[in-house]
Amino acid sequence: MAEKKDTQVKKVAMICAKGTIEDVYATLVMANGAVMEGMEAKVFFTFFGLDAITKKYMNKLHTATVGNPAMRMPGGLTFPTLLGAIPGVEAGVSAMMRGQMEKLDIPPVDEFLDMITAGGGEIYACKLAVDMFKLKKEDLSDHVIDIITIGDFYAMAGGEGSQVIFT
Amino acid sequence: MTQKTVAGVNLEVTDDGYLVDSSQWTEKIAKEIAKEENIELNDKHFEVIKFIRENADSGLTIRKVGKSGVVDIKGFYDLFPGGPLKMSTKIAGIQKPSSCV
Repeated sequence: MAEKKDTQVKKVAMICAKGTIEDVYATLVMANGAVMEGMEAKVFFTFFGLDAITKKYMNKLHTATVGNPAMRMPGGLTFPTLLGAIPGVEAGVSAMMRGQMEKLDIPPVDEFLDMITAGGGEIYACKLAVDMFKLKKEDLSDHVIDIITIGDFYAMAGGEGSQVIFT
Repeated sequence: MTQKTVAGVNLEVTDDGYLVDSSQWTEKIAKEIAKEENIELNDKHFEVIKFIRENADSGLTIRKVGKSGVVDIKGFYDLFPGGPLKMSTKIAGIQKPSSCV
């Protein structure tokens, strides 16, 4: 076997700043994938990404049906933006998307956080964004270790083979 | 593919050490492979391995193992530190799972 000379990724520090299904799941899948591979993972949720760790919203995330050119109807036809603007359509499409994911054994957000933290992954909330949205620690998932500044987060993101990922 | 002798048996394994023919698997082989991964197998490990072998074709995920009733996810990580799904499947002598969850 050829000798590998690359430095392996041993740790990922991820920042999730958006709250759509796809943005949050990109973060969760990558964080969970990291702990599955025996890597260290730390995730920092900020701005709208906070929805993913806010008890009230975490399992009700939406995808955008307006202004999303990649959105298609079953069968592949493009999804008209005007249709996406009708009340209830976004919620319906989002529920359908969550159902599709469940079929692939992709868990709801709260259970995904259970999985990540069971594997040793760490979850943090951004202080600035928590203050801005007037949230309290008790509004957030019990898996949130602490509400910290981005500086605190960078301070724990270092080390050989570590990467910072923004989603 | 390479040849490898494990517990006195000549086995064909993939480049990352997974058994090609899962029917050649024995508990003795499992113990040997586990030792290479620095894991000493106990009864609990074998309970999990049994579940994994029985569900080898169902698209195993960490979530499925966690819902097996045999072990929870935290326990699964504790039993096979540093990558429970890839390690347990290797020790169980089945194909490397292609799951992302």
